[in-house]
Amino acid sequence: MNFRDHFAQTAETVEALTRNGETSLTNYYGEQSDFLRFNKSAVRQPGSVTDCEVTVDLIAGKRRTSTSLRLTGTKDEDRTRLEHAIAAARTALEGAPQDPHLAFNAACQSSEHVAQAVLPSKNQAVEAIARTGNGRDMVGIYAAGRIAYGFANNLGQRNWHESDSFNLDWCFYHAADKAVKANYAGVEWQDTELDRIAGSAAKTLSLLSRPVKTIAPGGYRAYLTPSALHEIWSWLGWGGFGLANHRTRATPFLRTVDGTGSLHRQISVKENTVEGLAPGFQSDGFVKPQHVDLLSGGSYRDCLVSPRSAVEYGVKTNGANEGELPQSIDMAAGTLARDRALKELGTGVYISNLWYMNYSDRNNGRVTGLTRFASMWVENGEIVAPLGVMRLDDSIYRFFGSELEALTAERDFIIDASSYGRRSVDSMRLPGALVRDFRFTL
Amino acid sequence: MLEAIERDFAGAVPAKVSCSLRVERTTEERLAVRRNAAEPQRRRLNTGAMLTVEHKGGLGYCATTDLSLAGLRRAIDEAMAWADASSGRMIAGLGANGFTAARGRYETQENKGWNDTSSADKMRLLGELSHRLKPDDRIVDWGASLHHTHTESLLLTTSGGRIHQETKVLVPTLFAVASAHGQTQRRSFGDSRIGQGGFDLMETMGLLEAPERLAREALLLVEAPECPEATMDLVIGPDQMVLQIHESIGHPLELDRILGDERNYAGTSFVTPDMFGTYRYGSDLLNVTFDPAHPFEAASYAFDDEGTPAHKEYLIRSGILERPLGSASSQRRANLPGVANARACEWNRPPMDRMANLNIEPGNSTFAQLIAQVERGVYVETNFAWSIDDSRNKFQFGCEWGQLIENGRLTKVVRNPNYRGISAGFWRSLKGVGGSDTYAVGGATMCGKGEPNQAIRVGHATPACLFADVEVFGGGQ
Repeated sequence: MNFRDHFAQTAETVEALTRNGETSLTNYYGEQSDFLRFNKSAVRQPGSVTDCEVTVDLIAGKRRTSTSLRLTGTKDEDRTRLEHAIAAARTALEGAPQDPHLAFNAACQSSEHVAQAVLPSKNQAVEAIARTGNGRDMVGIYAAGRIAYGFANNLGQRNWHESDSFNLDWCFYHAADKAVKANYAGVEWQDTELDRIAGSAAKTLSLLSRPVKTIAPGGYRAYLTPSALHEIWSWLGWGGFGLANHRTRATPFLRTVDGTGSLHRQISVKENTVEGLAPGFQSDGFVKPQHVDLLSGGSYRDCLVSPRSAVEYGVKTNGANEGELPQSIDMAAGTLARDRALKELGTGVYISNLWYMNYSDRNNGRVTGLTRFASMWVENGEIVAPLGVMRLDDSIYRFFGSELEALTAERDFIIDASSYGRRSVDSMRLPGALVRDFRFTL
Repeated sequence: MLEAIERDFAGAVPAKVSCSLRVERTTEERLAVRRNAAEPQRRRLNTGAMLTVEHKGGLGYCATTDLSLAGLRRAIDEAMAWADASSGRMIAGLGANGFTAARGRYETQENKGWNDTSSADKMRLLGELSHRLKPDDRIVDWGASLHHTHTESLLLTTSGGRIHQETKVLVPTLFAVASAHGQTQRRSFGDSRIGQGGFDLMETMGLLEAPERLAREALLLVEAPECPEATMDLVIGPDQMVLQIHESIGHPLELDRILGDERNYAGTSFVTPDMFGTYRYGSDLLNVTFDPAHPFEAASYAFDDEGTPAHKEYLIRSGILERPLGSASSQRRANLPGVANARACEWNRPPMDRMANLNIEPGNSTFAQLIAQVERGVYVETNFAWSIDDSRNKFQFGCEWGQLIENGRLTKVVRNPNYRGISAGFWRSLKGVGGSDTYAVGGATMCGKGEPNQAIRVGHATPACLFADVEVFGGGQ
């Protein structure tokens, strides 16, 4: 399916079906994906998905309904489906209550972003897994293909975001829960780059054959890699930065807002749309600013404000999506050279990955989670042994506040490998963090 | 539509190719009122199909929205290309098993249909519920919603299989958030309230009586002291037991996790194949079943998505581990018995081992008898936070509601009740299982797993349970 042409045709059809006095907003999603799942270096589930979902919001006065439907790429069939959907939406609109928080962009701001690439064929992908996993226990997923987002309204606005990409996300396993996590993602596939990443992961794998070190609950010096911070920010992003979460006092940053707690002055975080991978527009047609400062110098700055929240709380929207979730988190770098991180850690815990974050006490920004994969026990700046899984229970006001010793000067650009419903377009740019005292409870 | 696809499928598959087609047509509706303001009504029509091919020992699938004859042919070609590419590279035991020849039908029982009540009337009801959730200015956020899903699926195979299933699932939500003195506390109807059935489920679940209680309890929580930190007895209400079962019995018993498929994402399991038949998972009081035949539970069905007929099976009996949650495909790989639990979240994802309805069988104790056994402990209700390691062993759960138990009686309300433990030992400390007066049917709406990722509904029916010597703690800095 040529998504771009199909989007144009769909937008025209919806516009033609929109009556005087009505406004229509059309959100388009197209995906052509190859998914190759593997375990123990052999193929588990290989397949492809061609998907196309369109959401049409029909607005009349202060009433609004939203209808999503799948389209086929066949002109007559799609027109019939859109006719039925819009007719049903129009009927529903008549009995719908007024929406006091109705908001959509009435100023046309069209935009276009297209990034096409040549991706590996099915056979190349299978061969790459076989070669990389040869003699190793390799498990994970290769996902690749085109993702397309479009927005149109009957006022003439058109926004288009289309990109081709691949994401090979895997582990080399030693045994039980001891593994090295690796990822090769981008737009231009190179076997040599895959071999370089795999070679580096294999080197770490050899350390996992040492006997596991079990530590007692308590406080330890800790170095958290960018991947570990990714897990923390992924969790804090849910409900941390949205205006609605702030106004209903449900954010874990509540104490920074109330002035009863602050983060370390090195903590600065922004939603950096211009350097991320997500579309620069949202589903009500608003175009996002290049970036929004969320935390700056340890203090809370701005919220992500969706159009609905903007009306509800009487402020200006900054083009956030409906859930007010960040998609392109950018955490400022520090000054610690990454190759000195272990030396500066001295004796303590090297946390390669964290897992399953949640709250122990959200009001106090206290979170829990677990170490995972190739987390290590370090003595005098040298890795000594793989770490037995430990549960953390600590507050952001400590590990991003009083106990934060340094952030690394180098940062990683981490492309989200998740694919719930759709392949993710989220990303983060993060440093590593050295923490003086990091609390484990189990 | 389904008749045309059935006809076209027969004509689209090349001779001597083993193929299955799973087509799904889902209609979802979501109605919501938040802070007394109606949100736009949302309707989602979701139709598509997955074609799966076995060929030369390889396997491939292709999912498509194009259900025309030409679309099905293109999808079969794509699946064939994957089967060719994976031939000789598949995991042992996959790629040459053929597809089901089973034929059958299933339909949700409902007393009052979703469409028997107009959207306008449903919105009026939600508006009333919303107003009842805010008796006080300290309630800063509140809302009510209904989410209904009607799914019709048809599984066809070149082996002659034909399975037609139709399910209707309702998820109602209510919540009230109170805030005062730097404390924000939430009380909800529970994200575990999910069931299969008609609009009348709402009444059976007790939605209509809940708003005032939820608001009152949220206000009590902001004024309550922190839950004390100590090792003591813990009584867990059924709406929190749902998560306890889910995370520390359900996931570790999934056979695909035990076989390593999930190690890059959802994790592995502390359970190993040699444990089945002998391992003491819990005390003698623990009886866990896979029950796809429960009439109102969220994941009831007659066949799984591979077409295996579904029956009730004991996974744990009198505390001893008997069988995993493993589908026919996984059973062949592991040489272990299992259940009919190959499930896909929708047409564009392939089936894998899942919980469906995973239940704890009720015991004999009344709720009063469970509480009366406790000299000093805590009673908890309604999940707020959950976290467990990738082997499904070290867990921590937080609940919305806590009450101290002192000398066999429920006393003070406490906030931020958390508890932690290790699955391998926790279930052996089970010392009381509630009977029918504590039994509730619920589930989880978004169980995440798989690569590509899938979020699926599961059902859990359970009584309240009493555990000895659990590490309990509260919030604070």
